Amino acid sequence: MTNNAAPLLQMQNIKKDFFGNQVLADINFTLGAGQVLGLCGENGAGKSTLMKILFGMDVIRETGGYGGDVLINGEKVRFSTPFDALKAGIGMVHQEFSLIPGFTATENILLNREPQKKSIISEVFGDRLNTLDYKEMDRRSGAAIDKMGVKIDANMTISSMPVGHKQFTEIARELSKDQLKLLILDEPTAVLTEKEAEALLESIRGMAAQGISVIFITHRLQEILAVCDKVVVMRDGHVVRDVPTGETSVEDITRWMVGRDVRQTAASTQARPQSGASDGRTIMSIKNLWVDMPGETVRNVTLDIKEGEILGIGGLAGQGKLGIPNGVMGLYEAGGTVEFDGGEIPLNNPRKCLDSSLAFVSEDRREVGLLLDESLEWNVAFPAMQIQDKFLKKLLGGLIKWRDEKGIHRVTQKYIDELQIKCTSSKQKAKELSGGNQQKVCLAKAFALEPKFLFVSEPTRGIDVGAKALVLESLRQFNRDSGVTVVMISSELEELRQTCDRVAIVSGGRVAGILPASASSEEFGLLMVSQVI
Amino acid sequence: MNQNNNIPLSKRAVELARNNAVPIMFIIICAIFIPMAGFTPSYLINEIITRMGRNLFLVLCLLFPIMAGMGMNFAMTLGAMGAELAIILVADWQIWGIPGVVLAMILSIPFSAILGLVCGTILNMAKGREMITGYILNFFMGNGIYQMIVLYIMGSIIPIAHASIMLPRGYGIRNTVSLLNMRQCLDDLLAIRIQGVKIPVFTFILVGLFCLFIVWFRRTKLGQDMRAVGQDMEVARAAGIKVDRTRLISIMMSTVFAGIGMVIYLQNMGNLPTYTGHAQIGMFCIAALLIGGASVDKASIGNAFLGVILFHLMFIVAPNAGGFITGDSMVGEYFRVFLSYGIITVALIMYEAKKRMNKSKAGQELAQAQKEEGAR
Amino acid sequence: MSEKKDHNLNSPSKFNDEMKTMMSKRQVTELEKKQMSPLQAMIADYGVPRMIITGFLLLLFVMAPFVGVNLPMQITNIINRFSWNAVLVLAMVPMIHSGCGLNFGLPLGVICGLLGGTLSIQFGFERFGAMGSFLMALLIATPFAVVFGLGYGWLLNKIKGGEMMIATYVGLSIISFMCMMWLLLPYNSPTMVYGLSANGLRPTISLDGFYNQSLASFLRLDFAEIAASRGISLGWLEYIKIPTGSLLVFALLAVLMWAFLHTKTGTAMTAVGSNPNFARAAGINVDRIRTLSVVMSTWLGAMGILVYQQGFGFIQLYTSPNNLTMPTVSAILIGGALVNKATIGNVIIGTILFQGMVTMTPTVMNAMVHMDMSEVIRNIVSNGMILYALTRKQEGTK
Repeated sequence: MTNNAAPLLQMQNIKKDFFGNQVLADINFTLGAGQVLGLCGENGAGKSTLMKILFGMDVIRETGGYGGDVLINGEKVRFSTPFDALKAGIGMVHQEFSLIPGFTATENILLNREPQKKSIISEVFGDRLNTLDYKEMDRRSGAAIDKMGVKIDANMTISSMPVGHKQFTEIARELSKDQLKLLILDEPTAVLTEKEAEALLESIRGMAAQGISVIFITHRLQEILAVCDKVVVMRDGHVVRDVPTGETSVEDITRWMVGRDVRQTAASTQARPQSGASDGRTIMSIKNLWVDMPGETVRNVTLDIKEGEILGIGGLAGQGKLGIPNGVMGLYEAGGTVEFDGGEIPLNNPRKCLDSSLAFVSEDRREVGLLLDESLEWNVAFPAMQIQDKFLKKLLGGLIKWRDEKGIHRVTQKYIDELQIKCTSSKQKAKELSGGNQQKVCLAKAFALEPKFLFVSEPTRGIDVGAKALVLESLRQFNRDSGVTVVMISSELEELRQTCDRVAIVSGGRVAGILPASASSEEFGLLMVSQVI
Repeated sequence: MNQNNNIPLSKRAVELARNNAVPIMFIIICAIFIPMAGFTPSYLINEIITRMGRNLFLVLCLLFPIMAGMGMNFAMTLGAMGAELAIILVADWQIWGIPGVVLAMILSIPFSAILGLVCGTILNMAKGREMITGYILNFFMGNGIYQMIVLYIMGSIIPIAHASIMLPRGYGIRNTVSLLNMRQCLDDLLAIRIQGVKIPVFTFILVGLFCLFIVWFRRTKLGQDMRAVGQDMEVARAAGIKVDRTRLISIMMSTVFAGIGMVIYLQNMGNLPTYTGHAQIGMFCIAALLIGGASVDKASIGNAFLGVILFHLMFIVAPNAGGFITGDSMVGEYFRVFLSYGIITVALIMYEAKKRMNKSKAGQELAQAQKEEGAR
Repeated sequence: MSEKKDHNLNSPSKFNDEMKTMMSKRQVTELEKKQMSPLQAMIADYGVPRMIITGFLLLLFVMAPFVGVNLPMQITNIINRFSWNAVLVLAMVPMIHSGCGLNFGLPLGVICGLLGGTLSIQFGFERFGAMGSFLMALLIATPFAVVFGLGYGWLLNKIKGGEMMIATYVGLSIISFMCMMWLLLPYNSPTMVYGLSANGLRPTISLDGFYNQSLASFLRLDFAEIAASRGISLGWLEYIKIPTGSLLVFALLAVLMWAFLHTKTGTAMTAVGSNPNFARAAGINVDRIRTLSVVMSTWLGAMGILVYQQGFGFIQLYTSPNNLTMPTVSAILIGGALVNKATIGNVIIGTILFQGMVTMTPTVMNAMVHMDMSEVIRNIVSNGMILYALTRKQEGTK
């Protein structure tokens, strides 16, 4: 693209950190008019953040802006709101739907950009009393739908549409903007059926032919090969590859996505002593599990977990890895059978799971994991108190179960010391701690239950490097010293490989395969994208 | 996931009946009560027509906040207060008849607008609990601020010329202000009588114009924005609609029109119960709208008409019917109050419960899909 | 085919999650940065409206002697009114703790108390003495409170999140329903029914000869009587009367409530109110705990109205239970409670402040300007306080 005209989009040395956490560094790439760029990378590689910068999302500004330059047609731009980005001709279809459920497709496509007719009243009272020009609306939405090349019913209300059509409505909305030059599609095919996805790819080709550039983010690598001109692979906040699609393959991209310094990985894998758990007895056996967890649906999962091991569950976001622990522990509606330690565990009943010495550290610290408004003592001791009657003094022959403040203080202090939780005292409120320390409190809560079996979901999400190492080490230690079986769910493959004995990869809501931690990155990567939906 | 298209007719009839359970129930109640009450049809029709003229305008005011997703506007009484303040002043200035009514309407607009502004601002601070906040606000204003103005400030700070509307102690307004000189002057304009039934044509024309305004308003940019905000604030905001401002406008419109509606109401009544006039307005209007088949998030002009007819029919016949059943007409009085509260309670419960339904559906679908897969 | 949920459902992208955590971190550092002086922190903690009300009350106290108001007598009044109302205010605590919000459905409990009171009179339990009559009233009210509470709790569990509005209308509905019942139920005790028709209860029933002052007179400290019996003068102390029994009953209930909140179940209740998701993940049956809290609140409401009646001396029927709700709700808010946090201290402070205002405003105002604006002021303060609580950004994360 070394024509005399500047390319449509240039990213130069983009940097971004969140309070010292570097999430993007030295991002450079260019995109010409009418080109389709495939952007791929593992979750947390920085794709979303990069797109948020490009689209001028508020969070970026609120968290201190970014470094480097974005150039559109050779001119430096800096969007402070998404509306600026829209004006400059950038459209984005987000992962989450942004549609008014009770409006028709037409009304949504032209939301807040409706063609209007002036009247005497609006002359007096202002433009907001203009009447809508329904004919013109129909025409424009029809044109946008035609441009997209996929047929949807413009007069159908969103709430009665199949999911795929909602997605197409969003795309049509972006296309209806006359100034559109660059369209960002963030995993648009995730909700589409195979046929719909085909249609979408076709329409992407159509858009490119009309001179609209597209940035296409997806985990389905075949799609990238099918439609993109070039592919940019990101990992750990860096662009690791920027190649024309013709010169690459699914295997290459997978390797770039997950591949780290191979030697280092090997070393750390060896560092983990083989606990010989591979021939241990099966402590939990999950059969035909389905879980209805929004965005993390699980389908027909069958999985055996051996006593004393650390099993990792990995996979891309939205593929259902989080649904497994949440379903087994009864937090989301689930079906199937779960046997634990010889007995069957009823689903949809958190209490029964906890009674059978299972414990769960939720990935959602703020909503599920913590009592933010209460002291650390309460947070640590509460489940153990409620489930196992610990930290209670029995008065009047057990009739009254009185809270044992001293016992609670003791156990909290113990874990504060053991896990190095930084706090002013054990009476401090949980919401005042940093993310990493909150995570440690969640672990302490689970440890205080002294479980036989522990689910840990995304233990390192959103915490800094130091805390990460400590959290992982304490999990290993807990497993080693107390012989507790641990199932760790994480988006970060490396972390799983360093910590676990075996790693199961979930893709499309199903277990795509289980590999020993020493297996190569490529093998994992292929499993991850194998059944992506 | 729409499967409405291939549902058998009988099921759809059941669905229709269930969706309109409330109006149907009230039609049945009225059908049972009317013979018990023993009123002549012409009396009933006369009463209903009078009450339609009196109340419809007020009930229609509730549509704007519903459109903007703010639920039932329990604070519409604020508009009524604005109108009452205006009418007290007009009565004091001794401007009667049509000019008095028109002046009261015009004068009520700034009062209602200010009250609506306050109300809208507060409701914007209490997103997600607009209804309870509006409900409390109505007490705060009605029993607090309004009473302070009328009972203490009028006559002492705001000059009141005519002793006839003032309390004997020298300040404050009497418990009732007679509006005899403007009584039904709008209703009598162009009024026609058909077999003893008086039809207040002009009032109905006003209501009709208001309905046309609402229909037109739905088609304006502002109306469209309001509907968008009402369904999903976040999406509307992302699309660049000024959410808070739109909500504020909807409340202000509701309040201002409620003020005008209250003037219509009062000219029909012919007197102003100074301290209690507004108190029940909100409740009765909301009950009427709900009885007409509206829900907290969806209401139409048709709901308002049907609701006013059914509600007031019930209201007229209940005391006599109660007397007929229990031998005590007071029971009937209480019964109609109970029905009004009860209907609001049930409507609120249905609204809140509906928000929480549809949850286990997705799970069943998953289980089904898996079973099919297993069978294959 | 996986369903991509609309954005307002709970599928936050990982990015957003991280953001939240980061934000919280930032908030903490900000807090640390602008360390407030202890005094400022105290004021912020105390809350501006409460500050204003306290200041207003103090001003009234200071002014009282200058305008010729008998302060000791006013203090007796405040203590008296405190003893009538404190239990009702206490009835707010369990539901606030379990996250059901402010109990605008208080009339439900009140109705149970009214049923107990009227039935106790109907069955002639005054033959067991004033205390016996009171206890029987309570005994009869209890099963009503439990049954109504269970039903009400079940209802509130169906509509989590919309409790307050529905509670209000449940209260209004039950009041208007009971209005019919007071007329229709076959009461026939001559002290209670309308004289001529002997049909239906009177709106106000005197408790003389029943349980009037049954608690208040227990160990009552009446300095005027003491002075008279000893033949000495105690000066201003003679105006002071303390309804010891009523206060003791409140103290007992308050201690029981405090104790309950320190038990396993009480801890669970607080956790449910603080974060229901956390509680559920910890194996708590959230619905059951909420129902328990509603039953407790309803029973305390019934108990509260009986205590109120024995102090006040009358049973008030028909629409009068309506008039108790707002003052009670605002009392606990004035005491510093939040929509989801309340302590016994909030109850005591709130009741004193609110009743102090109710007692002092009319007398001082009347003495000063001969204008009784007390009712208006009371309405503004009580409803304004509720509005403030509803509109403030919630302290908690929930």
